[in-house]
Amino acid sequence: MTADPRDRGGPAQPLLLVNGLRKHFPVRGGLLNRQVATVQAVDDVSFAVRKGETLGIVGESGCGKSTTARLLMRLIEPDAGDVVFDGDPVSNRQGITVNAMRRQMQMVFQDSYSSLNPRMTMAESIAYAPRMHGLPGKAALERAEGLLAQVGINPRQYARRYPHELSGGQRQRVNIARALALEPRMVILDEAVSALDKSIEAQVLNLLAELKDRFNLTYLFISHDLNVVEYVSDRVLVMYLGRVVETGPVEAIYSRPRHPYTRALFASKPTLDPDRRTTEMPLTGDPPNPINPPSGCRFRTRCAFAQAICAELVPTLSPPLDAAGDAATEHLVACHLPEAQSGRIMHHA
Amino acid sequence: MPDIMPPELPVLRVENLTVRFRRRNLDVAAVNGVSFALARGETLTILGESGSGKSVSLKAMMGLLPSYAETEGQILLDGKDILDMPPAELSKLRGGEISMIFQEPMAALDPVYTIGEQIAETIVQHEGIGHRAAMRRALDLLDHVKIPSAARRLKNYPHELSGGMRQRAMIALALACSPTVLLADEPTTALDVSVQIQILLLLRQLQQELGMAVVFVTHDVGAAAEISDRIAVMYAGRFVETATAREIMRSPQHPYTQGLLASIVHGGLRGRVLETIPGTPPNLAQIPPGCAFAPRCRYVVDACTRGDVPVAMSPTGAMVRCIRAADAIPSHATRKVSA
Repeated sequence: MTADPRDRGGPAQPLLLVNGLRKHFPVRGGLLNRQVATVQAVDDVSFAVRKGETLGIVGESGCGKSTTARLLMRLIEPDAGDVVFDGDPVSNRQGITVNAMRRQMQMVFQDSYSSLNPRMTMAESIAYAPRMHGLPGKAALERAEGLLAQVGINPRQYARRYPHELSGGQRQRVNIARALALEPRMVILDEAVSALDKSIEAQVLNLLAELKDRFNLTYLFISHDLNVVEYVSDRVLVMYLGRVVETGPVEAIYSRPRHPYTRALFASKPTLDPDRRTTEMPLTGDPPNPINPPSGCRFRTRCAFAQAICAELVPTLSPPLDAAGDAATEHLVACHLPEAQSGRIMHHA
Repeated sequence: MPDIMPPELPVLRVENLTVRFRRRNLDVAAVNGVSFALARGETLTILGESGSGKSVSLKAMMGLLPSYAETEGQILLDGKDILDMPPAELSKLRGGEISMIFQEPMAALDPVYTIGEQIAETIVQHEGIGHRAAMRRALDLLDHVKIPSAARRLKNYPHELSGGMRQRAMIALALACSPTVLLADEPTTALDVSVQIQILLLLRQLQQELGMAVVFVTHDVGAAAEISDRIAVMYAGRFVETATAREIMRSPQHPYTQGLLASIVHGGLRGRVLETIPGTPPNLAQIPPGCAFAPRCRYVVDACTRGDVPVAMSPTGAMVRCIRAADAIPSHATRKVSA
């Protein structure tokens, strides 16, 4: 693998650094349309994406994983927080502009149909961004056809077709080709395989792995599917109601989850074994509304271990309490209580 | 009467069901000969991908298909054929003896009536009891589906409930008149994992308590393994394999079922290329002759595409629709499925 000429900080510098990202949406209502409440969609989210890795973000609806993706792409403006792309802060005053960042970071969405312009052929859709960024029309179309072939779509047969003429799996391949048209270094995949049938999902996951190697890509892989996240990710971020509750290497998180929410989430997975069916509900009820979330630890209202401190103090991401001596651990958990982290109720003498 | 009847007498029996949608320039064969029998208290899952005809089959059993659908075959509910029934008699059956839950509770519940009124209305319609008594039953039902503070929820409108709560309310509505057959059309698909398992456990418990027969339609192998007694795998409008949940998960016989199970993603496969089924499902407007799976099948021989594929039955009652099932396919009998 030859060094990427666009690589500035070397392999040790994270490709993307996110610090204190926050987005609160106002809820308006009443006679004068005044702000009556706030949806705390993303609250103080920080993480790093290393060069060449796949960082998985997993969580249930309303946890802020998709809002995080949109904030990173600046499809919506964050209220606070810094984004640093390969050493360059993304802002208007210094570092690189949002446009320059978007050339290097692209996104694939869940709905393959609504993310394509219905009046553009496949080749036109893919060639659009390169043309906007200065590539002559003919060269852009050639690149589009080349990319179609790369994602396993025969350009002769499909380059001139419209979105409604393709199946869902084919359309998602085209969306991936379009995301690669500007030769980005990083791709955000926001539930990119979630709407596909299982047999097609496996095909697209194989394709994503292949493209990652071929184009030296870094992925931010967002999904609610715990199995898929385990399969694709090097490191994982677990989110709950707008905050990160646990993060670390995929093996550590999946073999020994420390946050009671992560454990409950994993226990909710169907067993795939009719002889060992799930008999007890790991969690009751739905996640609470992100409008006015619980104080302190946001999971405390559904947590079997919750104590007074959990309502008072927001837990910060720190090494697991029983691994305190091991300073090198990358496994971080936002939970106050040792018994909650170990999953065993301790009987105090 | 039940004492005289053999215990395995099916409560629902479907014989050679076909559904075809024919319009001006379109001829879609959605269901191409589905037959099964369902005993009281049994859960059958129809497992299939989009376009396999699983939802259309279910809608046919509920008599919910549009007028231009051409339906043939028999759907016998307690011996009476639903397809021959006059509309008035059918609507008495729906919500009474047979009822249905859907993927989208928001589309199934009426947004302008409270949950309580909707459930009570169904009970009043079918059983002719007073509104007050019906409301009391509605309260019991909400308790039964484990909706917390049920008395308050009775007065809520659908939009005031969370997703999982709405799904429970819809289940309560479906159970209002103690149906003998419950049809469930992907009821857990739109839910979060932690809520999905709650609904699956609830359905399993209610089904055992009330002794209902359940037809559960899903594309999710995990949900199917959690809830089913038997699983029917559907492809291009036909059942290609039917067996107990255990048999399907442990030793799938049909190449499509094998492919479907092999393409389940899990962490143990990290770093490996996933097994896939090549190609895409057939266009239902042009189903190939013979086995519809043949163009994607790795075991295909000439005979597969020549004519209708005979069905092979095993001594345990399992069915597989594949010419090569008996000899050529290595059985994955010891296949390990890890969660």
